[in-house]
Amino acid sequence: MKSKKFIFWALLVISLSLIIIGLLNGEFQLVWLKAKTVCLECIGLG
Amino acid sequence: MKIRMKTEIKRRIFQILAALGFNLDFPSLFRGEISQAKTKGICVPVLNCYSCPAAIGACPIGSLQNAFNTARHNLSIGQKKLGLYILGSLGLIGTLGGRLPCGWLCPFGLLQELIYKLPVPKIQIPKILTYFRYLVLLFLVILLPILVVDSLGLGEPWFCKWLCPAGTLEAGVLLALLNQGIRAQLGFLFAWKFSLLILFLLWMSFSERPFCRTICPLGTILGFFNRVSAFRMKVDQKACIHCDACLKVCPVNIKIYENPNSAQCIRCLKCESVCPVSCITHGLEIREKHNQRVPEEI
Repeated sequence: MKSKKFIFWALLVISLSLIIIGLLNGEFQLVWLKAKTVCLECIGLG
Repeated sequence: MKIRMKTEIKRRIFQILAALGFNLDFPSLFRGEISQAKTKGICVPVLNCYSCPAAIGACPIGSLQNAFNTARHNLSIGQKKLGLYILGSLGLIGTLGGRLPCGWLCPFGLLQELIYKLPVPKIQIPKILTYFRYLVLLFLVILLPILVVDSLGLGEPWFCKWLCPAGTLEAGVLLALLNQGIRAQLGFLFAWKFSLLILFLLWMSFSERPFCRTICPLGTILGFFNRVSAFRMKVDQKACIHCDACLKVCPVNIKIYENPNSAQCIRCLKCESVCPVSCITHGLEIREKHNQRVPEEI
């Protein structure tokens, strides 16, 4: 049980770190740019 | 069955509110264009296509593939944008709830549950098919977008392009209906994806949540976290009478008393509601406290 708790906290810290590094790297903008443009593959246009 | 109804009604309300909440830009829907909301930079915890006209968030699987299929190009031009923000978002969702969003928030999960209510003969999904989702994640979401690239180092979102029926329904069909320009360009790929969608819709009426159980790469990723997430299921093995009441209502057909935090469990809590001895509970493991019920409540 203790190891699961440790893994939980480790994963939480890693996830938050990745989010922060990604945000600092401008990846939010990248995700937004893709999401606000029609994804031709998603809708079946190729 | 009082509690069962309560939980189910609560869950249905959550699912409907989430479906609306993730697709809140109704004006875009009426214009037949996709939303330009700034919130589309945030990854939602469910498979909700960002090309759905009303979507106000980013599909994490679409975003992840986009990060992977542009990674080699980005590296070649000295940009280190490798999708860490998306991986972190997925990690955060998984670490907190595991597959909880599958059972309580996913619009495509809701659709599957509603279609399954149709009065047609029901068939079980063979267990071997449930492993197919690992291949989908490995090849269509990770390997092929990274490895199959053009001369510029750009790949394709293989899962979105060739398989995802959620994108076909929420984005393809909707945009084809609403936007004449898009409708005029439809060809083979749309026909392929539309045929797959029809097959899945049919399968949904015969089997419970077939997409979640055999294909969904998001559910597969979140499933990896089920054992260690903050939200966890617990079974009191001493109290369990192995009556299989939980198995009969389980939408993913698992014996929760054998593995309370199976990677397939979508945490819908139906099992907890029907357990005659109340040996199944849920709670936040980090608090060491579980939602305890007494049998008299049933």
